Amino acid sequence: MAMPAARRLASRVLSPVPLSIVAGLVLGAVVMAATGNDPIDVYTEIVRGALAGPNLVYTIGWSAPLVGMTMAVALPLRGGLVNLGGDGQLVLGGIASVIVALYLPAPGTVRLVAALAAGIGAGGLYGMLAAWGETRWRVPMLISTLLLNYPAKNLASYLVNFPMRDPANGMPESHMVAVGARLPSLPGTPLSSSVVLMAIAVAMIIVFDRRSVAGYELRMRGLNARFAGYGGVDLDRQALWTMFAGGAMAGLVGASIVLGDQFRYTDGALVSPNYTWTGLMAALLANGEPAAAVVAAVFFAALQIGGFGMERATSIPRELTSVLQAIIILLLASRSGLRRLGLGT
Amino acid sequence: MLGIFDILLFHSTIQAVTPILLAAWAGLICERAGVFTIAQEGLMLGSAFAAVAGSWYTGDAFVGVMVAVVAGTLLSAILAAGGVWFKGDTIVIGIGINLLADGLTIFLLRQLFDVQGVFQNPNLAGLATLKIPVIDRVAIFGPIVSGQTWITYFAWALVAVISVFLFRTSWGLRLRGVGQQPEAAETLGVSVRRYRTAAVLASGALCGLAGAQLSLGSVTLFAEGMSAGRGWIAVVAVMLGRAHPLGVLGASALFGLADAVGLRMQGLGLPNQLTDAAPYVFTLIALVLAVRRKRIV
Repeated sequence: MAMPAARRLASRVLSPVPLSIVAGLVLGAVVMAATGNDPIDVYTEIVRGALAGPNLVYTIGWSAPLVGMTMAVALPLRGGLVNLGGDGQLVLGGIASVIVALYLPAPGTVRLVAALAAGIGAGGLYGMLAAWGETRWRVPMLISTLLLNYPAKNLASYLVNFPMRDPANGMPESHMVAVGARLPSLPGTPLSSSVVLMAIAVAMIIVFDRRSVAGYELRMRGLNARFAGYGGVDLDRQALWTMFAGGAMAGLVGASIVLGDQFRYTDGALVSPNYTWTGLMAALLANGEPAAAVVAAVFFAALQIGGFGMERATSIPRELTSVLQAIIILLLASRSGLRRLGLGT
Repeated sequence: MLGIFDILLFHSTIQAVTPILLAAWAGLICERAGVFTIAQEGLMLGSAFAAVAGSWYTGDAFVGVMVAVVAGTLLSAILAAGGVWFKGDTIVIGIGINLLADGLTIFLLRQLFDVQGVFQNPNLAGLATLKIPVIDRVAIFGPIVSGQTWITYFAWALVAVISVFLFRTSWGLRLRGVGQQPEAAETLGVSVRRYRTAAVLASGALCGLAGAQLSLGSVTLFAEGMSAGRGWIAVVAVMLGRAHPLGVLGASALFGLADAVGLRMQGLGLPNQLTDAAPYVFTLIALVLAVRRKRIV
């Protein structure tokens, strides 16, 4: 059934997502005007700060972990599962990979691969733990994933404050990872090769979602879990592996930052950029659809990097951009543009 | 081990319980009206900031508390509009409110006070603690109970108020009806939408008090993210207490005790990175133990 192009375009533009984004940006303009700034100037600074010249590279660099954390939420969301445990999975991925990279007695490349695997595994298992709590004990994942963030963050913080701390340093940080066990940077750019890892992971998720039986079953669960179960999907097993995959994505992000950008684990450094919660918002904006989630994540990354430019050029704190993001999500959720999430299944 | 349990511990437990308890009352009222909310964390955080701002600009802590109540109510109006009127998903809206409060408080902290992280000033008026005349002199009991802020006494008094309201008044009956059988309530002429809106707004006001206790009662400062998961613990307290006032009170008191024991162990030389995790681990364990026997959600 071919719709006339004009009407198809109109229905796209007037659908909840673009409408919420536009309404959010308009509300943002009101805030800017209220604080005595010209909204057009501010938005110009945001766009310039995100895209002009060398800033584009920063936006790409910021996008990589953000896309990863978006996937950590989007993949479970595809099946109607809510993963609020990104911070914990991210931090455990980072600390596990730095432990292997520092202390495994093996040559550099082997250590690097093992460290990446440790990060992915630690994040994945921690995600799986929450799913196990729900399938085995009926503890709702919405709550358990969130609460599990705290012990993970505290454990990692304890490790780098005491047993693993580099005493030569004033900050609570681990020792530096040896050069041979680091992720190399992409030739000719300041970007780490983790961008490539992330692109591969995202491509795998998109193929899984569109072309595999398991991906179809996951989407079916998202539409109607009971129906999927009736159709022969083992819902408990599916929840366990979906949460493993989501957590593994977060673990990969943690490992990538530690092995590719900072080369050590610094207390709080993984959670303070707020990748987890921005990723959650991007995944919600895309309603879990992986390709759209990438677009949403890059959009939010550009908004945040643009926020730094705005802060330099005007007097407005860059946190305004996180307020804008939250407003967009609230408008979208209120307009029923988002699927209803049950508690867990 | 004996050194941990003394009078001071119970005094600080009561102090630690207050914000959790108020946020749990907020969740209980919404739950009874049939609105599942997880916005407590954000409502509390936003109000904690509003309390400090109100107290700072007027020099009066009580005005700060009132500003916090207004701020909590306004933030919860988002949930009322989006969740009750437009029938959006309350979980997503709750997440949105939490993130909005997080961003907005950091933004305003820099815009109004020009600081990052923490705002603290000796001239910032905090809430006074009240000495209760007679009880004060009772051995053991006195030092535990006396010397808290009025918000704390109010939070504990609410157990009676809410019980009477829910189970002894016609409004309470209608509220429960709206939660249990909205269609039946509507048929009998009770406006589901109006009761749910009122419940959500009341939850905002209660979280406003919780936020004020955090930033003007327990300490006198505002720190980014200072609600620190207490709103989520309150969500669990409502589940464990099965939305019954006494059950919720018991669950909140247990979590407050875990919080205070954690703080105390820190005093005994354990690193705070480990003791800070105590309330959350305790909450998770409690959740596992409780749902083993019966499915609660």
